Amino acid sequence: MSMKMEFNNQEYYFLPHVKINALLDYLHHQGFSCIGPQIKQDAIVYEELHDSEQLPWGLRDYQMPGQYRLEENNVKRAFSWANGPQAIKPQLFKPKESLWRVARDSHGKLTFKNVTHEMKPIALFGVRSCDVAGMLIQDKAFLTEPFVDKHYQARRENVFVIAVNCGYSSNNCFCVSTNTGPQVKAGYDIALTEIDDGFVVTVGSAAGEALINKISLKHATDEMQQAMQREINNAATMQSKAMPFDNTRVVRDLLMNNLDHPQWDDVAARCLSCGNCTSVCPTCFCSSETETPALDRIESEHSREWDSCFTEGHSYIHGKVIRDDTKSRYKQWLTHKLATWWDQFDTSGCVGCGRCVTWCPVGIDITAEVAAIAKPAVDDSASE
Amino acid sequence: MVMKNDHQDILHDTIIVDYQPITDTIFNIGLQFTDENIHRAYQFLPGQFNMLYLFGIGEVAISIVSDPTHDDLYYHTIRRVGRVTTGLSQLKKGDHIGVRGPFGRGWPLSQISGKDILIITGGLGCAPSVSMIHYIMNRREQFGKLMILQGVKHSNDLIYQSYYEKWATAPNTEVLVTADKTTTNWPWYSGLITELIKKINFDPETTICLMCGPEPMFLAAVQLLIERNLPEQSIYMSMERNMQCAIGHCGHCQFGGKFVCKDGPIFCYPDIKDLLGKKGF
Amino acid sequence: MTVIKPKIAVYKFTSCDGCQLAFLNLGNDLLKLTDAVDIIHFAELGMVNPNAKVDIAFIEGSIATPHDLERIKNIRAKAKFLITIGACATAGGIQALRNFADTAEWVAAIYPKPETISYLATSTPISTHVTVDLELWGCPVNGEQILTAIKTLLLKVKPAIKRDSVCLECKRSGNVCVMVTKNIPCMGPVTQTGCGALCPSVGRDCYGCYGPSENPNTDSLSKQFQQQGCSRETIQRRFLFINNQAPAFLKAGMKK
Repeated sequence: MSMKMEFNNQEYYFLPHVKINALLDYLHHQGFSCIGPQIKQDAIVYEELHDSEQLPWGLRDYQMPGQYRLEENNVKRAFSWANGPQAIKPQLFKPKESLWRVARDSHGKLTFKNVTHEMKPIALFGVRSCDVAGMLIQDKAFLTEPFVDKHYQARRENVFVIAVNCGYSSNNCFCVSTNTGPQVKAGYDIALTEIDDGFVVTVGSAAGEALINKISLKHATDEMQQAMQREINNAATMQSKAMPFDNTRVVRDLLMNNLDHPQWDDVAARCLSCGNCTSVCPTCFCSSETETPALDRIESEHSREWDSCFTEGHSYIHGKVIRDDTKSRYKQWLTHKLATWWDQFDTSGCVGCGRCVTWCPVGIDITAEVAAIAKPAVDDSASE
Repeated sequence: MVMKNDHQDILHDTIIVDYQPITDTIFNIGLQFTDENIHRAYQFLPGQFNMLYLFGIGEVAISIVSDPTHDDLYYHTIRRVGRVTTGLSQLKKGDHIGVRGPFGRGWPLSQISGKDILIITGGLGCAPSVSMIHYIMNRREQFGKLMILQGVKHSNDLIYQSYYEKWATAPNTEVLVTADKTTTNWPWYSGLITELIKKINFDPETTICLMCGPEPMFLAAVQLLIERNLPEQSIYMSMERNMQCAIGHCGHCQFGGKFVCKDGPIFCYPDIKDLLGKKGF
Repeated sequence: MTVIKPKIAVYKFTSCDGCQLAFLNLGNDLLKLTDAVDIIHFAELGMVNPNAKVDIAFIEGSIATPHDLERIKNIRAKAKFLITIGACATAGGIQALRNFADTAEWVAAIYPKPETISYLATSTPISTHVTVDLELWGCPVNGEQILTAIKTLLLKVKPAIKRDSVCLECKRSGNVCVMVTKNIPCMGPVTQTGCGALCPSVGRDCYGCYGPSENPNTDSLSKQFQQQGCSRETIQRRFLFINNQAPAFLKAGMKK
C-alpha cells in the first residue's frame, strides 16, 4: 500500500469531522484494525480506535525537555496537539516478539519452527509527518535486500497510513530543520490537514484514492486549501528548536571529528543511561534476543525485545563490555543517530520529533548537545 | 558462491560428530547436518561465521575453520567464555546443536589469488584465519609465498601446534610463532608478535596481509607494515563484536557505520581505520 | 529408567516470607517443576530437611542474628549453587535501616524483655558472609525469574539476569512516563529491571525494590528530584529504603 510510492493524484478533498466514523467504518469493513490517537495515562497514545469520539478533541500538549502536559484548549479539533510518547514504531517493530520455537526429541534432535504472524492488517489513523519519516527510515533498516525482517515486513506490507499534517508544533519539535515535516511528503495513503470543521485530504496511493471514492468526499474549496496552507505554515513558523546544520552530513563530520570533545563528559554527567531516548525514538531499531526454555526441557522459544545502546548487554563480547561507561554509550547513541546513520542508510537517523528531548527524565536536548559540540566551529565561521 | 540468503532465519539441526578438546578452555567441534541434502548444499567462504544454537540457552557467533570444499565436517573452534560457549563446552559427540548461517563477508579470495600472503594472528583469535590457511594449503599453486605469524601471550596458549608444525614444512611457506612468556622446550620465538614482523621479508608490491586477533595488535602491526611500504589496501582484518541477529538488524555489532556481521567480519583496513582503537566503538 | 533429579531447597533467614510466597505463587509451574527437581527443604511448603546436601539453595532473608550467621555457613557448605532471592538476602533488606541506628536502643524501645532478643548490630546481605552464585533482586522477587534460573541451571548453564533500567521494560510495556507527565519522582532510571515495570504500569513511581541497575547515575537523578521539588531528606529516603545497603543506593543516600 503506502510502500508503493508511484502515484499521482493532485486533488484536494474535504473530510468533515462528522465523516471520520464513515472512514473508520470503511477501513474496518476492509478488514483493518484501526489504530489512532487517544488519551491514556495523561498522554496521547495510539491504540485501537473504533469511534471518532475516542480522539483527543480539544486537547493540546505542552512539551519541554523532560516534561509533557496535556491541557484543554476548548477548540473543537481532534489534532490540535503535536505528538505523544509513541506512534508507529511499536505497531510495526514490536517491543517484544517471538521469532522461532524449537523442539527436542528423545535423541536430542532439534526441530525449528519460525513464528509467522497471522494478524489483521493495521490502519494507522492520524500519524504525524515525523513518524511517517521514521517509518520510512526503519524500512531501510529492516527491508533492505537481501536481509529482510519477515516479522516487520508482515506488518508493514499491510499497513494503511492516514497521515495528519501539523498545525501546531510543541516546544520540542524541530522537523523543519530535519526536513521531515510539518507536512508529510511520502509514505502515506492519504494525508489530512485539520481546518475548521474537518480535514483537507490529499491522496498518496491507489488504496487511498479508493477510500476517498468509497466514502464520497467532495473536493475542497480554494478557501479550504488556503486554510490548510496556513495551518502548515503556522506549525513550521512556531518551531523554536532546530538541529544544527539542518541535520545534514555536516553534523556527521562535526561529530566524528570531535570524538574527544569535552561535551561528551558534560552530557555523561547528566545522562541516566536509562534508554528512554532510544525507546521513544521512531527510528531506533536495536533489539536483543532472549531464550525461554519450557520447564519440560523439550521445547524452547527464541524472542527479541527492544534493546538500547545504553545497556551493558549492547556491547558485550567475550566477557567484556566495549561501552562500559555512560560517556561511550551516549557517544554511540548520538554518533549513530546523526553521523554513522548516513554511512548505513544515506540519511540521518533523526526525524525531528523531539521525543528524546521530552521523554528524557532529565531533559537532555539532542539539538543542544550538537550545538555545544558545534560551538567552536560556529564561532570560527562567524569570525571569518 | 554463497547459499541464497534465505537461510538467515532458518536454523538446521546438526550432530557433533567430532569433539576435540584443545586446551582447558578451547575445543573444536566438527558438525554434520542431520539432513544430508543440507549438509551437501551447505557452502561457505573462509572467514565467514555461523550462529551456533544451544538448546534452551541461545546462539553464539563462531567462525568456521574448515576448508570450504575439502573437509567433510564443518569445524568450529570455540573458547569457553560466555554462557552459550560454556554450555557448548559440556557437550559431547552425538549431541545436537542448531546452526544458522553462514554469515558475513569472508576473506577477499579474488583479490588475493596469486599474491604472497602474510597472515598475522594474535592470541586465541586465530580461528578466522585457519579456514583461510587450509584453503591456501589445499590450493598451494594458486598463491605465492605464504608467511604465517602467530603470537600468543603464553606458550601454553598455542593451539593448533601440530598444524603450525605441518604448515612449516609446506613449500614456499614460512611459519613464525612467538610467545610473550615461554616455557622450556619452546621451539619458537619469545617476545611480541611485532618483533616477528621485523624478522620477515616481504615484497610490498605483491603481498596481502590478513590479520586476526586483538585490536591493539592490529594497530601495532599495521604501523610496522605501512612503515615497510605495504599499501593500506593490502591489509585485511577480522573484527569481532556482539552479534545476535547476524544480518545487521539487531544493532549490537555496529562499529561506527559498519555492521560487523554483514559488512564484515573481514574488513579492508582503510574502511575501518578511522575508528580502530577508539574507546567505545 | 530412574533419573536422578537435582535437589533444591529454599531457606528462610531474616525476612517477611514474601519471596517464598512468590515461589509458591508459581502455582501450576511449581507442580510441573517437581517433575524436574526434588524440593527437599522448603518449610513454607511443608518440606523440612534443613541439613541435606542440595544442588540449588535458594536463600530468602538477611543475616541479622548470630543463629543466621551459623546457619548460612552450614548451608553454603552443603549447596552446589547458591541463589539469593529478594532484597533482604541480596542487599540486607528494609531491616538494614538499623545499620544507621543504635540497634540496642531500638530493641530496648520495642521489646518488653530486650535481654531475650538475640541479634546482630547490623543486617547484612548473604554475600557479606558466603559466596553467592546468583543474585535475584526484588521485594519480593519475581517468580518467573526464579523459574528461569532453575530452567537454565537444569540445562547446566549459569542464568543471565538483565540489569538494565526499569525504563526499558516500562517503555516496552507501553507505559507513559510518570516522571515526565506527572512530575512524580521515579526510581526507574536507576533501578534494575525484572519486575515487568509493575508500579509504573499502574501509574505510580518505581521505588527501587529491584536494587540499582548496572550503570546507575544516582547523582543526576537526585538533582532531577531536587528540581522536581524534593527536599534533600526526601531524596535520601528514596535511596535508603528497601535496598539501602546496595552500594550505589547507599552512597547516593548518604550524600549530604
